[in-house]
Amino acid sequence: MADEERLDQLREEAWRKGVVSGRGVDISGGPIPRQSGYYGLPILKPPVWTWEVPVYFFVGGIAGMAAVIALTATLFHHVDLARMAMLLAALGAILSSILLMLDLGRPRLFLNMLRVFKYKSVMSVGAWILTFFGGCAVSGLIALQLKWLLLAWPLLVGSAILGVLLGTYTGALLGVTAIPAWYLHRVLLPIHFGTAGLGSAAALLELLGYRIAPLHGLGLLAAAGESLLWIWLELDRHGAADRALHEGQSGWLIRGGEILSGPLALLFRLLGLIPFAAVFFLIGALINRFGWVCAGKVCAADPEAVLAAQRP
Amino acid sequence: MIGQGAESTNQRRHSYVDDYVEVGFFTDPTVCIGCKACEVACKEWNEVPDDGFTWSGNSYDNTGRLGASTWRHVLFLEQDRQKGNQVVGSIDGDLSAVASAKADDPFRWVFLSDVCKHCEEAGCLEACPTGSIIRTEVGSVFVQDDVCNGCGYCVVSCPFGVIDRRSEPLPNAGGAFKCTFCYDRQKSGLTPACAKVCPTESIVFGRLDDLRARADERVRQLRENGYNDAQLYDPKETSVRGIHAFFLILGEPGAYGLPPKPDVPTIYLKSAWASAIATAIGAFIATLCAFYFL
Repeated sequence: MADEERLDQLREEAWRKGVVSGRGVDISGGPIPRQSGYYGLPILKPPVWTWEVPVYFFVGGIAGMAAVIALTATLFHHVDLARMAMLLAALGAILSSILLMLDLGRPRLFLNMLRVFKYKSVMSVGAWILTFFGGCAVSGLIALQLKWLLLAWPLLVGSAILGVLLGTYTGALLGVTAIPAWYLHRVLLPIHFGTAGLGSAAALLELLGYRIAPLHGLGLLAAAGESLLWIWLELDRHGAADRALHEGQSGWLIRGGEILSGPLALLFRLLGLIPFAAVFFLIGALINRFGWVCAGKVCAADPEAVLAAQRP
Repeated sequence: MIGQGAESTNQRRHSYVDDYVEVGFFTDPTVCIGCKACEVACKEWNEVPDDGFTWSGNSYDNTGRLGASTWRHVLFLEQDRQKGNQVVGSIDGDLSAVASAKADDPFRWVFLSDVCKHCEEAGCLEACPTGSIIRTEVGSVFVQDDVCNGCGYCVVSCPFGVIDRRSEPLPNAGGAFKCTFCYDRQKSGLTPACAKVCPTESIVFGRLDDLRARADERVRQLRENGYNDAQLYDPKETSVRGIHAFFLILGEPGAYGLPPKPDVPTIYLKSAWASAIATAIGAFIATLCAFYFL
């Protein structure tokens, strides 16, 4: 209000004298950029990805790691478990492809992903991993069901190798970008997504009725791993550059997800409440993926984060 | 040096595309008058749709940022600093007060026409999984719209926040768009539309080597004339290794929304993939151990 009055005085003076002698008006939020960067506008472009991408990270992680469990279960003669794990892998691969297509701006041009192979583009490598994984997993499932073992073995091995990469490459996908909150944690991200994928696959198989010791062991390992990764993330702070991971909605999504799939899942497993542990782990892993994508959006829209990351 | 008029490279026909000559833009805010003719010419020539009419309240800039439907953007910076040897503050009809008024109430208005930087190492080009984004004969970075499937990975890979995906209900929605460096005009020997219309030659189009020499000369000239904070914004020492559309700026890059030390994201490939592959091996071993020992 004071600003407006001062402005009127200046207008009056200009009208009478034809010149204004005093200082101008410092209107709060006025023209001179006072926020960091250019009027506080984003320096980077926030990701355009919607809900399909975090759900794809979740589903792809389960599918990929389920293929690893399927191969190992076959090796150790858990035939029923192997079949169910392979079913998860195949269904997950199909669902992942649909999610990725839905996320595209032009879904009908999905096949353009397979026009070229660019090893420097994580998106390109990922598209090829998913394509070959899908092919191996679906045909591997069919071969397993039909008991064509000669064909099933190489397909199982192939889908396990591609699957484990499918579960971890998504971390590199976020890590190799221009967004500080992501690239500053490019080493943590693949470990985190891989661990979450393995734990989620084991948890889902347990919920489907395969309550065996190896899966419980994997669940324990993943929950312990997630607890450690949570501590790592809380300690490895980069100030304003990655505050989106620690503050606000995105920060709480990540923290909430980590607590659910880390310490809480671990506690329930140690208490022997395996179904609870499995459900908590799955929910935590899903929330956490949403948190990471959300943090990328918050961080990219924050010019201070970009400037802080590039300060010498 | 500035204001070459009809002799300017902006007005001459050329054969850079046929001759494979690297070209660029040199944008000089000290001669920009903020007329936004470049924005208009770009929109008109490239048939870029309007992306909304909003009043920002940020000086005379209602364009805001570069984006999928804004390929040239004139920034309006109002700073409480002196511009060169300009006289600032009140004079009150007494010219002897000029000297003392100098530091009294400094104010400068800077206009800068921002554009895609056409990086030497382009994050968007490296990230594109379809091969839609290519390097042209003249060294510019070009998005082939008929190939782009709108995955959005270039959007997060551009260290300058230039390229973006166009959203509904705009025409050609779903694809990624940015400055084309008027590749179509250049193939016909014409100057990019923005440089062609620039009335003060604030935007200069020409051979990259010529422009770099010209830019260095201009910085020297300005510094001699009291523009102590004049500098070239061309991040050659970072992994971007220089940009083909470079700027002369007064003050810090951050104030223009330009990243001070941009890096092309491919430098993170090694550590991210090392982590991913180590995790993959770890997951295999953990699963084998779980089934073997338990």
